[in-house]
Amino acid sequence: MTSIDAKIPSGALKDKWTSHKNNINLVNPANKRLIDVIVVGTGLAGGSAAATLAELGYNVKAFAFQDSPRRAHSIAAQGGINAAKNYQGDGDSIYRLFYDTVKGGDYRSREANVYRLAEVSANIIDQCVAQGVPFARDYGGLLDNRSFGGVLVSRTFYAKGQTGQQLLLGAYSAMNRQIGRGKIKMYNRHEMLDVVVIDGKARGIIARDLVTGKVERHSAHAVVVGSGGYGNVFFLSTNAMGSNVSAAWKVHKKGAYFANPCFTQIHPTCIPVAGELQAKLTLMSESLRNDGRIWVPKNMEDVKAIRAGQLKPTQLTEDKRDYYLERRYPAFGNLVPRDVASRAAKERCDAGYGVNQTGQAVYLDFASAIARYGKETAHVQGLDENDQALVTKLGKAVIANKYGNLFQMYEKIVDENPYESPMMIFPAVHYTMGGIWVDYNLMTTIPGLYAIGEANFSDHGANRLGASALMQGLADGYFVLPYTIGDYLSHDIRTGPIPTDHQAFADAEKDVVERLDHLINNKGTKSVDNFHRRLGHIMWEKCGMARNREGLVSAISEIQALRDEFWKDVKVPGGRNEFNEELAKAGRVADYLELGELFAKDALLREESCGGHFREESQSDDGEAKRDDENFKYVAMWEYTGNPADAILHKEDLVYENIELKTRSYK
Amino acid sequence: MSKSGLFKSSIGRKLAMALSALFLMIFLLQHLVINITAIISPDTFNELSHFMGTNPLVQFVAQPILIFAVVFHFIMGFVLEIKNRAARPISYNKFNGAANSTWMSRNMIISGLVILAFLALHFVDFWFPEINTKYIVGDMSGMHDGGFRYYEELLHKFANPVRVGVYVLAFILLALHLMHGFGSAFQSMGQNNKYIDGLKKFGVIYSVAVPLGFILIAISLYVTTLN
Amino acid sequence: MNLTLKIWRQQNSNDKGKMVDYQISDVSGDMSFLEMLDVLNEDLITKDDTPVSFDHDCREGICGMCSLQINGEPHGPDKGVTTCQLHMRSFKDGDTIYIEPFRAKAFPIIKDLVVDRSAFDRIQQSGAYVSVNTSGNTQDANNIPVPKEDADMAFDAATCIGCGACVAACKNSSAMLFVSAKVSQFALLPQGKVEGKKRVQDMVAQMDAEGFGNCSNTGACEAECPKGISLENIARMNRELISAKLAVKH
Repeated sequence: MTSIDAKIPSGALKDKWTSHKNNINLVNPANKRLIDVIVVGTGLAGGSAAATLAELGYNVKAFAFQDSPRRAHSIAAQGGINAAKNYQGDGDSIYRLFYDTVKGGDYRSREANVYRLAEVSANIIDQCVAQGVPFARDYGGLLDNRSFGGVLVSRTFYAKGQTGQQLLLGAYSAMNRQIGRGKIKMYNRHEMLDVVVIDGKARGIIARDLVTGKVERHSAHAVVVGSGGYGNVFFLSTNAMGSNVSAAWKVHKKGAYFANPCFTQIHPTCIPVAGELQAKLTLMSESLRNDGRIWVPKNMEDVKAIRAGQLKPTQLTEDKRDYYLERRYPAFGNLVPRDVASRAAKERCDAGYGVNQTGQAVYLDFASAIARYGKETAHVQGLDENDQALVTKLGKAVIANKYGNLFQMYEKIVDENPYESPMMIFPAVHYTMGGIWVDYNLMTTIPGLYAIGEANFSDHGANRLGASALMQGLADGYFVLPYTIGDYLSHDIRTGPIPTDHQAFADAEKDVVERLDHLINNKGTKSVDNFHRRLGHIMWEKCGMARNREGLVSAISEIQALRDEFWKDVKVPGGRNEFNEELAKAGRVADYLELGELFAKDALLREESCGGHFREESQSDDGEAKRDDENFKYVAMWEYTGNPADAILHKEDLVYENIELKTRSYK
Repeated sequence: MSKSGLFKSSIGRKLAMALSALFLMIFLLQHLVINITAIISPDTFNELSHFMGTNPLVQFVAQPILIFAVVFHFIMGFVLEIKNRAARPISYNKFNGAANSTWMSRNMIISGLVILAFLALHFVDFWFPEINTKYIVGDMSGMHDGGFRYYEELLHKFANPVRVGVYVLAFILLALHLMHGFGSAFQSMGQNNKYIDGLKKFGVIYSVAVPLGFILIAISLYVTTLN
Repeated sequence: MNLTLKIWRQQNSNDKGKMVDYQISDVSGDMSFLEMLDVLNEDLITKDDTPVSFDHDCREGICGMCSLQINGEPHGPDKGVTTCQLHMRSFKDGDTIYIEPFRAKAFPIIKDLVVDRSAFDRIQQSGAYVSVNTSGNTQDANNIPVPKEDADMAFDAATCIGCGACVAACKNSSAMLFVSAKVSQFALLPQGKVEGKKRVQDMVAQMDAEGFGNCSNTGACEAECPKGISLENIARMNRELISAKLAVKH
């Protein structure tokens, strides 16, 4: 174990980024034309980075496994994006956003990074509005805000329940401008299968054209990985079906340290699992917790009656309901951070109070909000505030206007009208705070290799606050990486084009092709999905919302066994040189089978509860998470040595100079 | 590439269709008004017919424009239809158009072709004999047996029940064509303001009333010949 | 329930392709349409047959990746949903379901039900952006007030997911709804108005060059659009283009 230098600039917290920018090397415009940069992934981070790098003058090659950059999974983010604009005049500031984020992350993130994030957050909104992103506005024509979990101010900008879509389309439009100018060469339906390292520096990638199956070499002076998170290691998650860890895992295997893999966000408000054959879970935006109240019945007989279909939740009077978040956390109520809300739901369901057949659901109820809004509207319009039917109608209209698309989505999936009956929700895997370790400059431990957005371990510590992922993705891509990468590339102005006939390219390509052929030629008996499902089951049961030593130890051996079985018995139909979705999937699941083990190993090592990582051995008497700052106030960085079991641990000590470490309380 | 002419773009061609259609719809209304006089007052019908048939402005300015509009509307309709078909070289095994659009909106080419066939008949019935009498025989008097010939000729044509039937059928197709065409023309011209709803209602009234008018006149004339 | 599926199978872009019949049993109404296809594929793999290729990703109706012409309608019989949001409860036992790719000359088939929609990207690249640098050195966001009505309309237009259902539904394979949604978003916002004339001309020219058919205002696109993008956008684009073309040259 060695301690690692994160290259955090010296000076006062609030001056670090500015002075860093002022002191790093720049590349002059003429030289930028001589430099190629590969960007893998075109979500908010990758897309915004590709656009900005191209605009600065670099030659960018961008890769997406989907058929268009616009389809990256950032598109599915619903609720909003935080920014310390203080437009509402409710006392928000850069410091407060910084503080909330560090506290929200349970003091496991890097102060300097988070402060920089808060600092550039306001710029993101300016930038997006200039691009024509249609944020929600109030009647005065100015931008509207809403509130999200874990904070006491309204700093979230939104576009109904489609904020991620609008922001991604903004970044996509910026990319399109550069593609049109020829500054970005776009490689759609291409999947990165390895990174090429020459003389210790990242110099290119091996990618497979998913349409023709051709394995290609692409060179560049630097490689940026913005390939998202690895929530799909759980099989069932709110991630897209194609979301994968492969790009991140390949760079890890080539020398980039992987940080805090066990930090996973289980989002409290998702639609519960319906059946064995379900392929994916759907999120209901956290914004719903602005107006929805979460509850389960107080009495067990009511739970039983509801499950038996003899009782409707709407028939239960207030005194028979347990609004457990409001009860346990009066200060934040339904707007506690995600990890807290998820664990509280699990606690109630484990105690037997779950309200659906499987006992894995709680209610998210809008009846009070409908009544409140209805009364308000009736008052404003001078109508009868005591007319129940009218008030309900008006209230529903307000709710429809705010969350219409989410309610519609819920109804389509569950076949139940959420305006009439409370929604049923349950936590689901949503986001991964862990990822490739990066320094302050977003560079990994491989020189010239950068990781941005959810792919890096970044700024969220052990738990991410709502509406912060979009902020981080765009901050990295628009405002941080384009500066910091120049410092590195300034040494490359005389390098000239990187030839792809270097031995390192040939070796990497050979490895990739051999692995693909192995999968094709294996001719086993079980499909890729079969293994993925089983891996997901292990992960959810033993590395999910609550973890303990025994479970983690057994998870590690189970995953190892499953991985061995996979390589012996997986069946991949079709050939290598064709459009072959099963082959692509097989490669991704193979990587998950390695990552899963490291994940469990990391969770086993961290014998404390912090944020989304809850070790049952480390909790207070009333079931709250107990952090251990003395022993675990560090970033766990794993170095690959040929097998996840043999990964070597390095530590980056987290230093808090501006924030006092406290027990996180939302009571 | 962007600065090429308006009518080279797909939207420009739609605009051209719309503009020619509007002109034809105005013509149709004028034609209907004159035909109505045949029921109310054959004398007025005769006088108007003679005026329209001999006035140099009508004959040598308005008539060529009308013919151009008709020919243009048809040719452009064919060109667009061919282009549109080319945009889907392999068709669906199952295509449920009725689930998302009206029959008339999807079959403008069919209603249009029926109207074209009707126009041919109409020209054989009226326009060619007129041109023959006036410009080949050289009789510009409009007279026959000491009176205007127009109403008499009209009655003569509508004595045939088969022809009346064909006319009625053609007008029904015209109604369907207009039913989609009227609103469509305004949409193509980019019309979309607070008047659009009223305009659409007017379009429906127009699409029913005008062809119905022609039908009633044809039947009424036939009934007259029975007496 | 038990179903007969008639699915378009095509090895690659050069293959001629044909409809193939499959039987599937024990389908639950709570399954999504794509989960039903997952089950079919799992079954095909077990039988050493080739699984059916289809595009899909987010499975929550927002990425626009899934397509499929189901029983003659894009995204199937339900309105306002994408194929991934379509549930099997919309079908009944014994049904025969036709599953075909979105068909248009501008959407060449890659394999089976997977089509190449890059024509949409090229249209966007021709002008669907505001030419502003991404440096963040712009004015404060609230310096550009936008009337709520305009912002809401721009947002509604901007919710297009680029799935191509409009093209698939249109008897003419016209892309007008897709293009007009983007043109409208920018035409309605002050930020976008500056280069509005150039944008609409460039985007329409690219749309025409891609080989999409013409709009004959059938309204099928609006009816089938999973996001309910309005035909008003097409009228707006027509207006924008006509006035741009008629504008005095500078």
